[in-house]
Amino acid sequence: MDLGPHASFILASYGLCVLTVLVLFAWVFLDKAAQDKALSELAAQGVKRAQPKKERS
Amino acid sequence: MAFWDYANPTRFLRLVQVVLPWLAGLCVGLFAVGLYMSFFVAPEDYQQGDTVRIMYIHVPAAWLCMMCYSVMTISSLGTLVWKHPLADVSAKAAAPIGAAFTFMALVTGSLWGKPMWGTYWEWDARLTSVLVLFIMYLGLMTLWRTMDDPIKAGKAAAVLTLVGALNLPIIKFSVDWWNTLHQPASVFRFDGPTIHPDILWPLLVMAFAFTTLFFVLHLMAMRNEVLRRRVRSLRLRAASAAQPGPAAAAQPAE
Amino acid sequence: MRNWALVLFQRDLQLSVRIGGSALVGVLFFLAVVTVIPFGIGPDLNLLSRIGPGLLWIGALLATLLGLDRLFQADRDDGTLDLILMAGRPLEVVVLIKCLAHWVGTGLPLVVAAPFLGILLNLDPVATAAVTATLFAGTPALTLIGAIGASLTVTLRRGGLLLAILVIPLAVPTLIFGVSATDAAVRDPVPFMTPFLILCALSLIAAVVGPIASAAALRFASD
Repeated sequence: MDLGPHASFILASYGLCVLTVLVLFAWVFLDKAAQDKALSELAAQGVKRAQPKKERS
Repeated sequence: MAFWDYANPTRFLRLVQVVLPWLAGLCVGLFAVGLYMSFFVAPEDYQQGDTVRIMYIHVPAAWLCMMCYSVMTISSLGTLVWKHPLADVSAKAAAPIGAAFTFMALVTGSLWGKPMWGTYWEWDARLTSVLVLFIMYLGLMTLWRTMDDPIKAGKAAAVLTLVGALNLPIIKFSVDWWNTLHQPASVFRFDGPTIHPDILWPLLVMAFAFTTLFFVLHLMAMRNEVLRRRVRSLRLRAASAAQPGPAAAAQPAE
Repeated sequence: MRNWALVLFQRDLQLSVRIGGSALVGVLFFLAVVTVIPFGIGPDLNLLSRIGPGLLWIGALLATLLGLDRLFQADRDDGTLDLILMAGRPLEVVVLIKCLAHWVGTGLPLVVAAPFLGILLNLDPVATAAVTATLFAGTPALTLIGAIGASLTVTLRRGGLLLAILVIPLAVPTLIFGVSATDAAVRDPVPFMTPFLILCALSLIAAVVGPIASAAALRFASD
């Protein structure tokens, strides 16, 4: 496929978008892993969740 | 009412578990079709040549940075008016994603501008408004980061988001005005009244693909935020259990 | 009945002009900004007179931002803000009065100083009059918009920088129409009144949105 004289610009913009999306996904997955780890550590310490309170507005 | 059923975070997490794989699959499929169409089906523009292919990511990214702000605005209304417990989770999770899409719109706009205008940056009305929006996203993210208590941060950010939503049309209008004063001749325009269907279809598919990508990321970030708050409240519980007395009573019940 | 409003106005005004107040610091900062600009871009008087109105507006914007973090912070630090909240007066009106007093203390001196700084920038009389008029009409908008940022960052230790970041995007329309109106008076691409009236409209919108949003933010910050 020939992208003409400005191929580098086209590829750079697509590449940067892919990179941004990858960074977003990395952020989401790393964050998930961190929270899961914290939750399992707390569970190992025996900290229980509060019983759901009904009267909270 | 289904909307209120998902006020319960646990139920929300279960919903995410069910919906997310389907949404992710849809997103991948749409991107496969959209990218194929934008590279192999769509013709090159008689004036811009192949650089018109940048449009297939630039326009959806620009559309998403507006849509993301709308999602945040509705979420902020949810925080302040309806006091929906997931609303500020949604607003907080959307801000970095919106900033990322705004960044994409700016970068692709600038890379498109270099072959078209001869400069990377033109103080074009559209690009300038997007730049202002980018600063607003970053400001909101900073506000979230600087406040410790998620409830208070959520309310403060909601106020700012709503003020920003009121201001965005004014900013858009004033930047347009400023732009026409300073450079009356429009360098080039692509959004004429008629867009050829060969260009329109890939654009629509890509816009749809970007929208599903946003929702995939948004749901995942919201799930993280719910978990983060759970961790926080568990830690507070653990701290107050370890240290009973007046300090425990002073802990905010979250 | 409106007595408490007058008392609050006088109190805030007195606090801002007394020792420890920030009224004169703003003007000095304005002077410093305008003085430092020719060092950055060169002493070309033609260039300076061409971009002078814009420079004065940017200087006024920065000087306003500089003083804004004290709008509610001092009152919060010594507990006055809690008393005001408990007093049961409409908080929106309280915010409006505080903004008015703050503007008289810090914004009005900027307007008064603008003609003198205009001389340094080689502005002709028409441009000087126009920039003074637009600053007079536009700086209330900056203060009122800034009040939103000030109340959002009131609980933060060093909210000043964040305040500037939050407020600057919202202040863009005011800046655009302030400078446009001045340009219109000097080079008339459009009639002066068109952008000037829009600028006045922006100030009036800010007088509604600013106090409402700012009062909401103060309430949330306090509970």
